[in-house]
Amino acid sequence: MKPPAFTYHRPATVAEAVEVLADLGADGKVLAGGQSLVPVLNMRLAAPKHLVDINRLGDLAYVATGAEMVRVGALARHTQTERDEDAFATLPLLRRATRNVAHPTIRNRGTTVGSIVHADPAAELPAVLLLSDGEVELASAAGSRTVPAAEFFLGPLESALRAGELAVAAGFRVPPPRTGSAWLEVSRRAGDYALCGLGLAVTLDTDGRTLRSARAAYISVGPTPVLVDLTDAVGGQPHDRADWAAAGGLAASRVEPDDDIHATADYRRHLVRVLTQRAGRTATAEAIRLAGAGEGSDG
Amino acid sequence: MAEATHDVRLTVNGVPHTVSVPARRLLADCLRHDLGYTGTHVGCEHGVCGACTVLLDGEPVRSCLLFAVTADSAEVTTMEGCRAGDGGLGPVQRAFSECHGLQCGFCTPGFVTTVTAYLRENPDPTAEEAREAIGGNLCRCTGYQNIVASVLRAAQILREEPS
Repeated sequence: MKPPAFTYHRPATVAEAVEVLADLGADGKVLAGGQSLVPVLNMRLAAPKHLVDINRLGDLAYVATGAEMVRVGALARHTQTERDEDAFATLPLLRRATRNVAHPTIRNRGTTVGSIVHADPAAELPAVLLLSDGEVELASAAGSRTVPAAEFFLGPLESALRAGELAVAAGFRVPPPRTGSAWLEVSRRAGDYALCGLGLAVTLDTDGRTLRSARAAYISVGPTPVLVDLTDAVGGQPHDRADWAAAGGLAASRVEPDDDIHATADYRRHLVRVLTQRAGRTATAEAIRLAGAGEGSDG
Repeated sequence: MAEATHDVRLTVNGVPHTVSVPARRLLADCLRHDLGYTGTHVGCEHGVCGACTVLLDGEPVRSCLLFAVTADSAEVTTMEGCRAGDGGLGPVQRAFSECHGLQCGFCTPGFVTTVTAYLRENPDPTAEEAREAIGGNLCRCTGYQNIVASVLRAAQILREEPS
């Protein structure tokens, strides 16, 4: 198992990178952490003619937390994102989800943005991006554009990224006050792809008692991560009597998992139902804590 | 037409090397075939087994998922670099030997490099944390009990005999 031959490019700046990518068009493929791409090459499932290595674009190795967005540059490794304390304080779901990405050794090399662009429906970060109403910043020789998460994931391993474009950053939106979150997934072994997983966020009303909204994004149960608004099932209910079973039922009716060698579609749907209830209660407990800790003013 | 090659500078276990390799040469193969560091073992070649783990600028990475050319100018530590200063067994290697943390030994280089880096960050892990730390390395012989014991023993040795 050796990768097929390719021509190697190592641009020193983003400007140079997009110029090279523009020249190469559909023949060019970006190499960042390579933790998904290199296995694909080793197994010869793909044979791009040119690889554009962005590992020297050190300016893109950042995690920047602002009032509205947590921005992660294209060269931030999972480990950097996971350890960033400002990002954790603002958007704890990002760390919780990232800790479920493969193993620490893989996270030392793989990148947050690379995982999003790879658009694997079993991957954690696309779901976090979707749940947070995030966006992807794309640069090209023709200019830049920003694509909302809701329009970015088109199918399995298929994103809105066009030939000649470089994803330079992902932006995760900071949740409103009194929002608690949880990440849960079930896999055969620690670090394996999830049979089913979800990120869930609950926002309480200013009274700190009533559920204002609840949403979840599910992985491994469809061709892309699946966002489900659970507010219809639990919105307006007091947090200690919220009908999470109904929320689980609602979510199960919205996903279309497939059978594969790891699990049946029925089992995955069962997991959606059960994990929604567990994550709902966990996220609610955090929202209550945050509401009590003086995040009472409406945002 | 001959495949183009690239000059790659690597410092392996403190020794500088320059090697001319095709872009598709994996770091694992570069270490083994071009530079002779055969302590790095190649198992699955797609990032699952962990046998090829080396330290890249101090952090564990899969050398089968990295092109040598991408690692240009980096410091690499392999199994050979985990030896003691006098050439004998290093602290993590000693722990694996004492605790019978290996049988066939194929996976051991990946464990030793991973555990060496892990204990720098967490010098006093619980058994549960030790298990988590080696979660990305597969061993088909031992059943892991003695490997977990080896991690805890290595931590003890390092605390008693700081290098």
